[in-house]
Order: sequence, then structure tokens, then C-alpha cells
Amino acid sequence: MSVTQILFWLLSVLAVVGAINVVISKNPVFSVLWLILTFFSISGHYILLNAQFLAVVNIIVYAGAIMVLFLFVIMLMNLNADTEPKKNKWLKLISVVAGGCMLLVLVAALKDADTAKQLAQTKEGDIGLIEHLGNALFNQYVVPFEISSVLFLSAMVGAVVIGKKSEQ
Amino acid sequence: MPINYYIFLSITLFCIGVVGVLTRRNAIIIFMCIELMLNAVNLLLVAFSKMHHIQHAATNAAAGIDGQLFVFFIMVVAAAEVSVGLAIIVMMFRNVHSVDVNFLNRLKH
Repeated sequence: MSVTQILFWLLSVLAVVGAINVVISKNPVFSVLWLILTFFSISGHYILLNAQFLAVVNIIVYAGAIMVLFLFVIMLMNLNADTEPKKNKWLKLISVVAGGCMLLVLVAALKDADTAKQLAQTKEGDIGLIEHLGNALFNQYVVPFEISSVLFLSAMVGAVVIGKKSEQ
Repeated sequence: MPINYYIFLSITLFCIGVVGVLTRRNAIIIFMCIELMLNAVNLLLVAFSKMHHIQHAATNAAAGIDGQLFVFFIMVVAAAEVSVGLAIIVMMFRNVHSVDVNFLNRLKH
């Protein structure tokens, strides 16, 4: 096995273990920490695919900003106690079976697809570098980029309006 | 790496997210599982962009760059979504003193 393959399997196992622990952790703070582990291993996958810009953005935006926001909300609302009421055991079982069926159907449908034998380029190829991405972003995709700034502005206004205490 | 490894990894992460949304009742954990599903799709988009690049690199040096830009825009939208969604959860907690999604069925009364 080459180094790339070893890294791929290591990062995959880390991502899946983190994701499973997000779901089964009782304490929401632990769920956030496991999700950060998953995001870091996905960033590792991006580096393995030589998408360096996305790897760094994934760490800064997801692991840095979004997860800190989640931690703030959980700790401000004092939810770290184990307060979640018990859900019906059968309902949980049925949910897991439904998710497993979805996994089964997707894997069965895609394992013989035409693309299955093709390779994803790892370690080389320069489209993931910031020079090329920036060129494409500010030439072809400049209008969506500007629209996303309007989206951010409206999201900011929306968050402030919703989060504000009502007057009465 | 063969592309089907990435496909199966992304499917696994996505289905774990689906199971989390279905089994948990804490609104914040449901929200985190949605983020997990978004990230699974992002990973697959990047893998497909590199697959497209290796096929068309001879004719077009920038082949596959669109996929990575789509991932960038998905991250932008996810950040906006999280800020509004967490504000909604905080407001809900302030009103009903719980983040249990079963309390949300009061909306129908």
C-alpha cells in the first residue's frame, strides 16, 4: 500500500468514527467535538486531493467559525447536561433501519456505475490552488460571488432580528 | 484513488447524517447532522472535480475547477444558514425552555 492509500484509509476511518460518535454521544458538547474531528479529517481528504484552498477554508469556516457558534449556543443555553428525554426504542430502531436501507440502496445502485473504475487525481493537479480558483472566481463567477455578499447581509440582519428580545 | 472509494465514503457519511436527523430529538444535534451531510456532499464534489480534471487536463487546463467553486459557494450558504438557524433555535429555547423538536408540534395548534 502506498502512502496515499494509507492516508486515505486512516482519514476515512477517522471521519466515519467521528460521524458515528456525533450521533450517539449523549452530551451535545462531545457531539460538537467529534464533529470537529470529522471536519478535520475531511480537510485531510481535501489536502490529499490537492484542493489546498478548500482544505484551509473548511478548517477556518467549519471547524473555526461554525463549530464555535454551536459551542457558544450549547454553553449559553446550558444544554451540556444530559437532558434529552428518552425516545421510543422502536422508533430509534426503525430510524436506523431506514438509514441502513438508504445506504444499501445507494451502494447497490452505484457500485456498478460507469465511473466506478475511474481515478480521482491525488497529490497533483493544480486546479485546487488559490491562484486558479481565484482567477475563475473573479472572472466567471463574479456575479454569484457578489450575490453571496447580499445573502450574507440578509442572513446577518435576519439573525439579529430573530435573536433580539421582543419589546413587551 | 479510484472514485468509487470516495463515493462510498460520502454515502456512508451522508447516511450517518440521515440516521442522526431521524433518531435524535435535540434540535442542535439535528442541525449538526445536517452540516455533516453537507460536508459529505462537498467531499464528493471535490473528488469528482479531480476525476474530471484528470480526464480533460490535456485539452483544458482548468477542467474541473467549477466543482471546487461550487464547494466554496456551498460553504458560503452553509455559514449563512447556520447563523439564521441557530438564532431560530435560541429564540425557540427562550420561548419553550427546551430544544426538543417534539415541542415544535405546537406550531400546528
